[in-house]
Amino acid sequence: MTKETPRVVTRVVRREGATLKDFAFSADMVRVDNLSKHLIQYRQAAWAEYQTLPMPTLKDEAWRRTDLSGMPSDRFHLPKNEAYLDLAPLPEDLTKPVADQEHGGEVILTPGGAQVSLAKELADQGVIFTDLRTAEQKHPALLEKIMGKIVAAKEGKFAALATALADNGAVLYVPRGVTIEQPLHSLLWGPGEYLAHISHVMVWLEAGASATYVHEYASPTEKAPAFHAGLVEIHVGDNANLRFVELQSWGEHVWNFTHERSSVGQDGQLDWIFGAIGGNVTKNFAELDLVGRGSMGRMSGFYFTDGKQHLDYDSQQNHRSQNTTSDLLFKGALIDSSRVVWQGMIYVAPGAMKTDGYQANRNLVLSREARADSIPGLEILADDVRCTHGATVGKIDPEQVFYLRARGIPQVEAERLIVSGFFDPIMQRIPFEGVRERFQSSIAKKMAAYHG
Amino acid sequence: MAELVIRDLKVSIEGKEILKGVDLTLPQGEVHAIMGPNGTGKSTLAYTLMGHPSYEVTGGEVLYDGQNILELAPDERSRLGIFLAFQYPVAIPGVTVANFLRTAVNSRRRAVNPDDKGVPIPEFRKLLKAKMEMLKVDPAFAGRYLNDGFSGGEKKRAEILQMATLEPKIAILDETDSGLDIDALRIVSEGVNALRGPGLGVLVITHYQRILNYIKPDVVHVMMDGRIVESGGPDLALHLEEHGYDWVREKVDSGSVPA
Repeated sequence: MTKETPRVVTRVVRREGATLKDFAFSADMVRVDNLSKHLIQYRQAAWAEYQTLPMPTLKDEAWRRTDLSGMPSDRFHLPKNEAYLDLAPLPEDLTKPVADQEHGGEVILTPGGAQVSLAKELADQGVIFTDLRTAEQKHPALLEKIMGKIVAAKEGKFAALATALADNGAVLYVPRGVTIEQPLHSLLWGPGEYLAHISHVMVWLEAGASATYVHEYASPTEKAPAFHAGLVEIHVGDNANLRFVELQSWGEHVWNFTHERSSVGQDGQLDWIFGAIGGNVTKNFAELDLVGRGSMGRMSGFYFTDGKQHLDYDSQQNHRSQNTTSDLLFKGALIDSSRVVWQGMIYVAPGAMKTDGYQANRNLVLSREARADSIPGLEILADDVRCTHGATVGKIDPEQVFYLRARGIPQVEAERLIVSGFFDPIMQRIPFEGVRERFQSSIAKKMAAYHG
Repeated sequence: MAELVIRDLKVSIEGKEILKGVDLTLPQGEVHAIMGPNGTGKSTLAYTLMGHPSYEVTGGEVLYDGQNILELAPDERSRLGIFLAFQYPVAIPGVTVANFLRTAVNSRRRAVNPDDKGVPIPEFRKLLKAKMEMLKVDPAFAGRYLNDGFSGGEKKRAEILQMATLEPKIAILDETDSGLDIDALRIVSEGVNALRGPGLGVLVITHYQRILNYIKPDVVHVMMDGRIVESGGPDLALHLEEHGYDWVREKVDSGSVPA
């Protein structure tokens, strides 16, 4: 489908962006009421970190392709309790597909509120699946054990901000040896102009546990900007098995920043799926830490950008132990003047022999003005390893279009079908059919709008 | 009864004239074969009839049911009832045979009524199942990605399955026999024969007489150097098999057939 013509990027953007104003957040916004001493210390330390860290600029290596100068940082504010009552309501089509299908539990997060359900047999086995605020009150010991163990506040301005001010989020804890058959679902609904949504998601599977979990960020597209900073911390214990699907359908007015990392123990397996169709500017740091011998991690992504959307993925596959396997494949399609950056690194630590690392990025650039940059990288400090990478940028093959048209399918529909096929192998990993269909139909709508 | 009438069709690729005035009439209900050596323009004719954008028509016309179809887009031609079984079917990774065929069926319905909601999925499943049974195709086929990793025989069977599902009025089989072993050829031919009837005109384009043992033509045409130079009954195919094309070439060169 893609013409295998590797594209060498030689253009370098070195604009001096206008200086960003500081956020209007203050120390008194760090929540302390009714919280455990540990939690207060953790967040206050993060706040101190946040204050020392500068705003990223185009001069920082990780940010050189993502310009924040248009972000009205000083205007974002945190939602008040029950703020959702005055904001755009959660559309039924976001929750219905899950409700219609068997699932093990669901957490719906709205600004200043949450709804939680969990199958009784899972709760009886010690599974915890709830929103952040409930976890703070009911499970402080658990939070002390898992919070901040995978992602550290000092990793960046937005990581520190999210650590200090997270006021929403989800926690999944699966005890040793417990298998969750039905998929779990959580949704962060983030409407509101100039609102700052700050979230913290934690997934912790003890040894031998197994689960499938879909987490989604969504909001309507509104006129004035909005903001999201998020943390995702994932721990997959020895011999544990997690499929984690992360979907992003933010409104196209949202400035979205996430720091995410997963740590996989001995012979553990992680199947990590990313899907993104929303947002204005997104910068996502996603890191796979294969710490246990024989651990495996697969990272797959699909994205479709239109308008002036800007999507920047920074992925890292760290082989920290022997016999570890990583496999990354990100596939995207771009229209209008949207832009996608994928920068990936495979790191093999000294002594991590017999590792197998793979990374590939495939882009379909469907309009002349869109641009995709793929920057693969390898850093190998061990012998006897196999690491490969590849990147392609292509267009839709006209012979495929002709073949479909020869069967009576009009051009626009033919292109839509080819693009949906391009994403299908990754989309099939979303365990909810209705959610999959919603993403497919959003992509179809974007393509139809592009073709007029 | 619709018929396909090709009149003095001239076609170029990248400025080089390939078809130099093809005349041929294919009525519904008949099977015609076009035979000829390689490089005489047989596949060019097939692609041109379907409207491939790389082929430039420089003269002549193609009438279907009285309408000149050369002005129409490939998908419009298909929806009128013209079908091309490709010599080299294209893979569409990620799109299942069932999804693809349902889209094709729905495109037909929407061309008639833009508000059509599409064929209900249970109804479509039933239709596809019936067609697959008729052609003795493994039901698992429906869930595979279209032509992706298919063997040569599977690709050709998928073409015939598409033909059976879309029920064209005129079908062009472009070297459907190429690359098939005898068993695959028999299976594919049986499929075509099952679809034969008063409502279907078939143009079998082939290099070898072999396929015509299975799909009996009513009329055989010989194409050479961009023209139809000889037409006759089924015996003509056998004669060609026995004596090759040289005698036709000599007739053309001596001017005893119009060239």
